[in-house]
Amino acid sequence: MNEKTVTFIVDGKEIKARPEQTIMKACDEAGVYIPRLCAFKDLSPFGSCRVCTVKVNGRPQAACTQPVGEGIVVESQTAEIQQIRRNIIDMLFVEGNHFCMFCEKSGNCELQAMAYRLGILAPKFPYMFPVRGVDASHPDIFIDWNRCILCARCIRTSCEIDGKNAYGFIGRGPHKRVATNSSAGLKGTDADVSDKAPANCPVGSLMYKRIGYAVPIGCRLYDKNPIGSDIEMKKTT
Amino acid sequence: MTAYNETIVKDICRRFGNERSRMMDVVKEVQTSFGHVPNEAMDAIARALSCPRVEVQSLVSFYAFLTERPKGNIIIRLCDDVIDRMQGFDRIADAFKEELGIGIGETTTDGKITLEATPCIGMCDQAPAALINDVIVTNLTKDAAREIVAGLREHGDPQRLVKRLGDGNNAHELVRAMVVNNVRRKGDVIFGEGKPSDGLKNALAMSPVEVIRAVKTSRLRGRGGAGFPTGIKWEFTRAAKDETRYVICNADEGEPGTFKDRVILTEKADLLFEGMTIAGYAIGAQAGILYLRAEYVYLRPYLEHALAERRKSGLLGNKILGHAGFNYDIRIQMGAGAYICGEETSLISSAEGFRGDPKTRPPFPAQKGYMGHPSAVNNVETLCCVTRILERGAGWYAQMGSNGTSGTKLLSVSGDCKIPGVYEIPFGITLKEFLAMAGAEDAAAVQVGGPSGQMVGPAEFNRIICYDDLATGGAIMVFGPQRDLLWVVSRFMEFFVEESCGYCTPCRVGNVLLRRKIEEVRAGKCDPAAIAYLEDLGQTVKIASRCGLGQTSANPVLTTLKNFRPLYTARMKENEAGMQMTFDISAAVRDAEIIAGRKSANF
Amino acid sequence: MQKPKIATASLAGCFGCHMSLLDIDDRILKLIDLVDFDKSPVDDIKEFTGRCLVGLIEGGCCNEENVRVLQEFRKHCDILISVGDCAIDGGLPALRNGIPLKECLTEAYITGPTVYNPSGKIPSDSEIPLLLDRIYPCHEVVKIDYYLPGCPPPADTLWQALTALLSGKPIDLPYELIKYD
Repeated sequence: MNEKTVTFIVDGKEIKARPEQTIMKACDEAGVYIPRLCAFKDLSPFGSCRVCTVKVNGRPQAACTQPVGEGIVVESQTAEIQQIRRNIIDMLFVEGNHFCMFCEKSGNCELQAMAYRLGILAPKFPYMFPVRGVDASHPDIFIDWNRCILCARCIRTSCEIDGKNAYGFIGRGPHKRVATNSSAGLKGTDADVSDKAPANCPVGSLMYKRIGYAVPIGCRLYDKNPIGSDIEMKKTT
Repeated sequence: MTAYNETIVKDICRRFGNERSRMMDVVKEVQTSFGHVPNEAMDAIARALSCPRVEVQSLVSFYAFLTERPKGNIIIRLCDDVIDRMQGFDRIADAFKEELGIGIGETTTDGKITLEATPCIGMCDQAPAALINDVIVTNLTKDAAREIVAGLREHGDPQRLVKRLGDGNNAHELVRAMVVNNVRRKGDVIFGEGKPSDGLKNALAMSPVEVIRAVKTSRLRGRGGAGFPTGIKWEFTRAAKDETRYVICNADEGEPGTFKDRVILTEKADLLFEGMTIAGYAIGAQAGILYLRAEYVYLRPYLEHALAERRKSGLLGNKILGHAGFNYDIRIQMGAGAYICGEETSLISSAEGFRGDPKTRPPFPAQKGYMGHPSAVNNVETLCCVTRILERGAGWYAQMGSNGTSGTKLLSVSGDCKIPGVYEIPFGITLKEFLAMAGAEDAAAVQVGGPSGQMVGPAEFNRIICYDDLATGGAIMVFGPQRDLLWVVSRFMEFFVEESCGYCTPCRVGNVLLRRKIEEVRAGKCDPAAIAYLEDLGQTVKIASRCGLGQTSANPVLTTLKNFRPLYTARMKENEAGMQMTFDISAAVRDAEIIAGRKSANF
Repeated sequence: MQKPKIATASLAGCFGCHMSLLDIDDRILKLIDLVDFDKSPVDDIKEFTGRCLVGLIEGGCCNEENVRVLQEFRKHCDILISVGDCAIDGGLPALRNGIPLKECLTEAYITGPTVYNPSGKIPSDSEIPLLLDRIYPCHEVVKIDYYLPGCPPPADTLWQALTALLSGKPIDLPYELIKYD
């Protein structure tokens, strides 16, 4: 390698990175998986879910937005950080209505997979059972707000990949939600079945219609291997 | 107020140059025209500003003072912070409700008056207070509430409710407010004597780098609460490669219990603008923005006037004080009711015409701030200190205060004290000494730094007010022995739930969960395991949240758990039977009992 | 030595979790060697005969009867386990949690498109337990010691959890056995 590199430590392991990389990107390349939900390949980092929280020289940072630095010491798989991650996943579960048993995304859902990976048997927080709706106005895709985790992956995909602005956030705090770029709902937008946005939804919130349960239980994305295994596989190569 | 008319919207957009970044101003003017921001207006604004419609809705739905639905021509916003509640909010609210025949959040049947509650409007020393459109009313009583409603029904003009004007510039013809300053103690810096423009003149006689060096020598640190060294911030901003730079003054004083910037803006506007100008010169900025919280809009005409006077005197504009090449002006950006905008990157988002979401750091504002350009964001008080430092010298300034913290600090004190108001004290005095000044010797607890700060008890009263010990952005809230501190905690958590921007999970969800658990503790429905639950949850919110709001929002819980733990344990009981005390079977079957017309046979 | 006892109940559930328990196949014989069943639909014992080591609860609480049974279980069992998603988060029945009870009952018994109910009344016999205002996950009503998620939890999950508890070991499920569907 003739370009400039920086070296840093993650959980005792030395990693080399390019100076413009984020901690997450560098770790991905080195086969060290840092759990995440809002971060997604090909999309600009967003830093909202906080699942990728790590400590950098003792200070908490989001690995998806924090750049690497020469000699930094990153803690990721410590008991303290893992507990925080579990708490955040628990928060997302109780904040919405996540009924895996009848969700088309089950088995391929990143929220669910993250809970599996972290060994969560049940959230420690009380369920909020919010009253939320569904936008099924569009012929080919739909939004189920019950399952939304506000990661902005649809918003970013629509803008950065699909070249549209079909979605955006409205409201604030606990009232924040994804809205469509039309007062008529999804059908009033230029969202289309060929968009990548639904495919990039980590949960079952933005979905293609008429496709569901296509893969049998046991063969789905996260049935056998934890989320992040693809990145950890690189370790051996 | 007029019916919707697209031409009006287009005109408003055109007046702001159809600039996407001025969407805050556009939307506010649209609301002024129609009383709300109608659906059709959002489409029209989006077209004129060439942006997606959802961005307009995103902004409107974010700010408490903007609305998508029609409200009354007159909006009464009762301040419902802890202090106002201690001083009789409930009584006043009842009087308004009775007189208007509506509840909070409702509009009278004739559509004329809306009644709302709003977090701290910066009048804790004259509580209970309210905002009626742009007009502030203070020291409310039940009788005053009745008179206000009668007056509004009769003439509909909130300004006519102001019968007696406050002191100082509160009585200025462009302010005409019943607000009083309550300046209790004047120090040498903010309320010290000085010659107008001397600071600026001295600065212009130096090179910008020398000005920054002077500020560094003075050891001035940011007065908003975080305490970052001002000189270093400026150095970073100046060093960032760009042609365009900005000075931003954070006058979004939203931390409940803080009202010292309000007094500065009222009495020392020129000191502030001079400081902003010096900052502009030091970092190489061409423009400054004063981001003023919506609650202080009553000061805007006066501040605009002060700016105009400075332009006339050659203190703003081209070739300031004849200094070739130093062209600099200041504009006022109004907020729209969002505590989060006091966070510097949220403030920048807001000033750029977006919802007030904090930005990802790095880059820091000093590298990429307003509109992507290097920006120095400073507190009102900080910039006033700058003027004095340049006027009287860094050495003079540095010798004031304590070892680690130079200078003076404005404290705004309210609650259970005899002499609420604003005090300019040197850093380094103990909290106890300060409480004696304010007539709060019998305080049982003091919230230092507002809800995001810490609650301390008498055991901590000997701690020193400075950045290295008891840091505060200026709020001191005093609670006497008669107060229920867990009630205070629950009110603070309510505040953070309402004011979280919702961007990140721990703050958006965690604060709701903290509030819920505190309510359960208060209701005596928890066993001692709730302590560990609160600590674990609070730590997650503190550690994992994305910005300063979330990182401090668990403090009411965490600091009272630390300093007032017996208050919690006293309300807890062991639960050996294993039945959840939070489960209320009679409440759970009540609906069914009514529907079935019989009582539960089981319970 | 007397064998430890197990009790089971299905509250607002579909008995699927009980079916999954039976799905441990021939291991049920080993289980019978290890434990006796007390109150349970498996042996149709209606009331507790004594103290139990483990209580397995399927389903959340949708009515007062569920609450009473669950509280009985808490009184009689050393270890109480929420088995399956309905016990843990309310499951399918919790879909009504956003709808006022009156609306639910009105649609179910009066206005629903397929309803035939000449009386036009919501049934209200004293034998019918009163519904709760919403579905309550079991841990909101009583303290729960362990959770075994799944719809239903795989038979292997139940087997592993039970054998661990009976041998005094912590429940440590491998990745494949933690499933929410």
